[in-house]
Amino acid sequence: MSTFLGTPSLPAGTGNLRGAQSFPAAARKALGDSQLRANLGAATATIRAKRSAAVAEVPDWEQLRAAGSALKATALQRLPELLAQFEANVIARGGTVHWARDAAEANRIATELIRATGSTEVVKVKSMATQEIGLNEYLAEHGITAYETDLAELIVQLGHDTPSHFLVPAIHRNRAEIREIFLREMPGVDPAITDDPRVLATAARTYLRQKFLTAKVAISGANFGVAETGTLAVVESEGNGRMCLTLPETLITVLGIEKLVPAFTDLEVFLQLLPRSSTAERMNPYTSMWTGVHPGDGPQRVHVILLDNGRTRVLADETGRAALHCIRCSACLNVCPVYERVGGHAYGSVYPGPIGAILSPQLTGVTGRDDPNASLPYASTLCGACFDACPVRIDIPGILVHLRAAEVDARRGGLPGPQDLAMKAASAVMASPSRFAAAERVTKLGRLLGRMRGRITALPYPGSKWTTSRDLPMPPAETFRQWWSRTHDGSR
Amino acid sequence: MGSDARAEILARIRAAGSIAPVPIPRDYDHAPRSGPGDAERFATMVADYRAQVHRTTESGIADLVTALLPPGATVVAPADLPESWRPRTTLVLDGDPRPLSVTELDAADAVLTGCRLGIAATGTLVLDAGPAQGRRALTLVPDHHICVVRAADIVDTVPQAFRALDPSRPLTFVSGPSATSDIELNRVEGVHGPRTLDVILVGPAFG
Repeated sequence: MSTFLGTPSLPAGTGNLRGAQSFPAAARKALGDSQLRANLGAATATIRAKRSAAVAEVPDWEQLRAAGSALKATALQRLPELLAQFEANVIARGGTVHWARDAAEANRIATELIRATGSTEVVKVKSMATQEIGLNEYLAEHGITAYETDLAELIVQLGHDTPSHFLVPAIHRNRAEIREIFLREMPGVDPAITDDPRVLATAARTYLRQKFLTAKVAISGANFGVAETGTLAVVESEGNGRMCLTLPETLITVLGIEKLVPAFTDLEVFLQLLPRSSTAERMNPYTSMWTGVHPGDGPQRVHVILLDNGRTRVLADETGRAALHCIRCSACLNVCPVYERVGGHAYGSVYPGPIGAILSPQLTGVTGRDDPNASLPYASTLCGACFDACPVRIDIPGILVHLRAAEVDARRGGLPGPQDLAMKAASAVMASPSRFAAAERVTKLGRLLGRMRGRITALPYPGSKWTTSRDLPMPPAETFRQWWSRTHDGSR
Repeated sequence: MGSDARAEILARIRAAGSIAPVPIPRDYDHAPRSGPGDAERFATMVADYRAQVHRTTESGIADLVTALLPPGATVVAPADLPESWRPRTTLVLDGDPRPLSVTELDAADAVLTGCRLGIAATGTLVLDAGPAQGRRALTLVPDHHICVVRAADIVDTVPQAFRALDPSRPLTFVSGPSATSDIELNRVEGVHGPRTLDVILVGPAFG
């Protein structure tokens, strides 16, 4: 299959990185779901306000962002060296390191490791990497049951649903829907359960407690890996992470190769940026760090699977590689006017929102105009709120424009589309003052179309290409040039 | 197969092309001096995350811990818990004579430990399995954690903490009790970790 986005020579990522339909088609469906829009609108408004307050407390926030961005760039620049150093340190401390080129290889390695323990059940800490490779589905096909232990992941798993947000995967569900899911799917749940969040959280605690205390194998991702020491760090809130990282005998961690930081003390930057950006807390309730095996304390068999799955492809794009700086805080989702209205599922990939719109198409490559991921760089208003919110200063709007340009370049030479014709016409009109003045007189006709509602909601073709997805403001009664000549006596 | 994947991934990274190095600006607030930090700020931040903060002197710890527990409570603690901290209740030591099973930890009413340090800016306790802290499971499974932090072990900032910590030890940062915001972004304390966190701040000024 030919790929025209990014460097074709490097293999594409596989797994849950591509939806079945284009963003506009999926978004149209989401926009019709008023429950989804109400749940999302309330949740994102709440988190936006909290995040602003948490960030405002930190006087050196901009300096921390600059340091975080530079540290991530440095990690990519020194990647081969840092990976080798990380591997050597994990091994020196009693751990084992595996390398996986793609989703299938990572899934195979994890399954073999679980089989070697004789266990057919695993407990899991929420992890984007294992969602990306579709590990739960693969394990199920091979007779191994994976229990998600993060409350929101549990809601998604019991609801036979897919996550729609990095941090709050069940952000699209309200308490009444969650109660229904628990009643229907949670073994042993109290039939009189209410929809009070406290009661629902307690039900999840009771359900998972026995799993934690008896599980032999746990699977996690990690937020950071430290090359200098071989340390892994997991940032979480509920304590389910600590349960998985501490109680089972075997721990398998799937780590994207871009997650390395050079030195242990570099974590001081990210542990200030991440909690405030994601949950708007000064610090998340629990952060666990472990280095290989700690004798007598925690898992005595520790495995790390280093995952490529398209990351080297992203690395090859000079502009686009900054997408690999992402620390999965979800701040860009919470401020995005597009995400707020359509939710995470419309993006198809496990990586939703503005960061997903640049990460997913680069990880998979785009195979043609019909590829759902080809539409993702257009799933944005380019308002720039995501760049302002990003704790590691990823220029998401800049990369969106870069990817749009790459896509247009790739299909240059064919028949011009309606957009090309419209742009060509606009360019001709704007190049000449007299043509522009004539066009302005024509737009006054638009006032007739918009008279009823103050905006134009339907234009004839080709204008309909614009108005099927957005309204056009009604043209003014007088243009600037008309106003100028009226108030300046016709002099120039 | 494994070494093939390793070689191939490293080759792919090299094929992606070399990247110019960038300088790392380190002008964020380092506050390089270590503790003692601002104990009152630490107490305010801890309390803001709905943990209970208590103040006492070294000699008052045992009485305070006893008062925080219901009558007849069973408390687990690391084997090296200082004698002067031990409450007048049933105290079971982990690792003396043997490590406790998870079932025994689950049956305990509370766990009593010290910590490596506290961070004032964020209200965070850091445990590193050092003296009076025990292994990680100890402070995780019981539903009530009572943690003693000396005012002298408080630092002000996250960078100060990282300079004092040893990455070769298992580290747990604790900021308030277990919590979730997964249901309509309402913060609910207590999901899987300890639902009650009592922090005992110890200093000569707290008599």
